[in-house]
Amino acid sequence: MLEYDFMQHALIAGGIVALLAGVVGYFLVLRGQTFAGHALSHVGFAGATGAALVGASPMGGMIAVTLASGVAMGYLGDRLQGSDIAIGSVLSLSLGLGMLFLHFYTSYATQATALLFGNVLGVDVDTLWWLTLMALVSLAVLALLARPLLFVSLQPELAEARGVSLRRVSMLFLAIVALATAASVQIVGVLLVFTLMVGPGATAQKLTVRLGPGIVLAASIALAETWLGITLAYVTDWPTSFWITALSTAGYLLASLYASRST
Amino acid sequence: MEVLRLDRVTVTFRDRRVLDDVSLMVEQNQFIGVLGPNGAGKTTLMRAILGLIRPDAGQITVLGQSGLRGNPDIGYMPQVRSANASLRLCGRDFVAIALHGHRWGWPRLNRQAWLDVDRALELVDARDLARRPLAELSGGQRQRLLLAQALIGRPRLLLLDEPLISLDPRHQHGVIELVRQVREALGITVLFSAHELNPLLPAIDQVLYLGHGHLALGPVDEVIQPDVLSRLYGAPIDVVRQNGRVFVMSGEVDVEKEEHCHDA
Ligand SMILES: Nc1ncnc2c1ncn2[C@@H]1O[C@H](COP(=O)(O)OP(=O)(O)OP(=O)(O)O)[C@@H](O)[C@H]1O
Ligand SMILES: [Mg+2]
Repeated sequence: MLEYDFMQHALIAGGIVALLAGVVGYFLVLRGQTFAGHALSHVGFAGATGAALVGASPMGGMIAVTLASGVAMGYLGDRLQGSDIAIGSVLSLSLGLGMLFLHFYTSYATQATALLFGNVLGVDVDTLWWLTLMALVSLAVLALLARPLLFVSLQPELAEARGVSLRRVSMLFLAIVALATAASVQIVGVLLVFTLMVGPGATAQKLTVRLGPGIVLAASIALAETWLGITLAYVTDWPTSFWITALSTAGYLLASLYASRST
Repeated sequence: MEVLRLDRVTVTFRDRRVLDDVSLMVEQNQFIGVLGPNGAGKTTLMRAILGLIRPDAGQITVLGQSGLRGNPDIGYMPQVRSANASLRLCGRDFVAIALHGHRWGWPRLNRQAWLDVDRALELVDARDLARRPLAELSGGQRQRLLLAQALIGRPRLLLLDEPLISLDPRHQHGVIELVRQVREALGITVLFSAHELNPLLPAIDQVLYLGHGHLALGPVDEVIQPDVLSRLYGAPIDVVRQNGRVFVMSGEVDVEKEEHCHDA
């Protein structure tokens, strides 16, 4: 299967995004902020379709909107807590708006499924470069941010007392989450970002209680699930997104079984 | 040596004066019980010492430095202990994250740093606990890890905000004894806020009583007096001593029990 360009592209894109989503997702799960990834992908849908409507690149629109929303969420911070209904309404509205934009942009009928459920087999060289750039930037910033981010996540009061700005850390981290989300959408789509961002991190935390090994494990699980998913899709001709979600769920269930047996 | 000094400090929230022109001086190697009813300002005092709240007037000096946020010489165990109860991370990594946690970078610690972490865990006798995830520890066991975390970085002033909350009497005694030993081993000053005086009596050197914007600091026998406490409560207070225990009474009511029944 490696003789086909589209398979090579799929495996490379999937690999890059899996590493990014796995690492970022580990922190997301540790912070109990998994909802943020979900929320950002929905808002991004409106961004992507809106951009397509005005003739701009859907991916550019998605990145711009998720980034802006991520930073805004970080800025608002605690004030977002308890406003589930308001957030839920914004999310639904975003999906609705996205559908409206698509409606006006009729020539993009297939775009909807690609955005909602992903289209890893359709990744072109340009997108590959974009994904690489996003992953490099996100991981570089995360590498710098990791220590204060963990401190703030685990002991906000103590971190504040040591002079860490909770708001700055939160804004930076959600900007990284936004990029990881926009990248994940290219592989599994808006509706299934959860599988790539949250599944591996949560599975890793079932398997190890150590920090370093946990991060490595989350990235490895994401990578394995994505590559295996793409291969199974090639063999069975079923959608890649189905296989990745199936593997992600199975992985989490097995890890939970293992965790409950070993205690 | 002087560890902490407040010079005519006033802290207000909107129109409420939580600390009203208070001054105090604390020496090295003191175990100080911080008491006072709900809302008296125990947490506010600690947050002001840490530089998280700016006083409206006056000056706070910690180990010769004032107006400094992020002073590494202060160890702190906050009262609001956030959602750590479901954390699937082992105690050792949890404690370690407080070491240089404010610096940018990847959380890699060198050998020396891990020795520091293990030393803090050793101090609270939690080496074995620290291998398990926080989600699987009891409240009291988690408390010990939090104490270890407050001790990291060799602080010279330790602020513990209600470390006895949600502990049964046996574990309360355990934590007090632990803090007493740590204080003795390190020769540092500890401010330890609590809602009941009696469990602290055998361990503390002084008591810092807060109420109505004012405070009184001194040995238990001098501070726990009807006239001093009546001023702090703004109401007539009786002090009853019985079998080495002290009861602060307003009329027929034990104020500590009354004020703090919400803890139960
Ligand atoms: N951020 C804030 N904004 C407004 N008022 C505040 C704030 N923090 C504290 N207060 C008020 O200041 C007073 C002192 O609060 P503080 O938390 O210091 O009391 P405490 O002695 O620690 O009480 P407790 O025993 O309940 O922990 C209270 O009346 C409280 O309502
Ligand atoms: Mg308090």
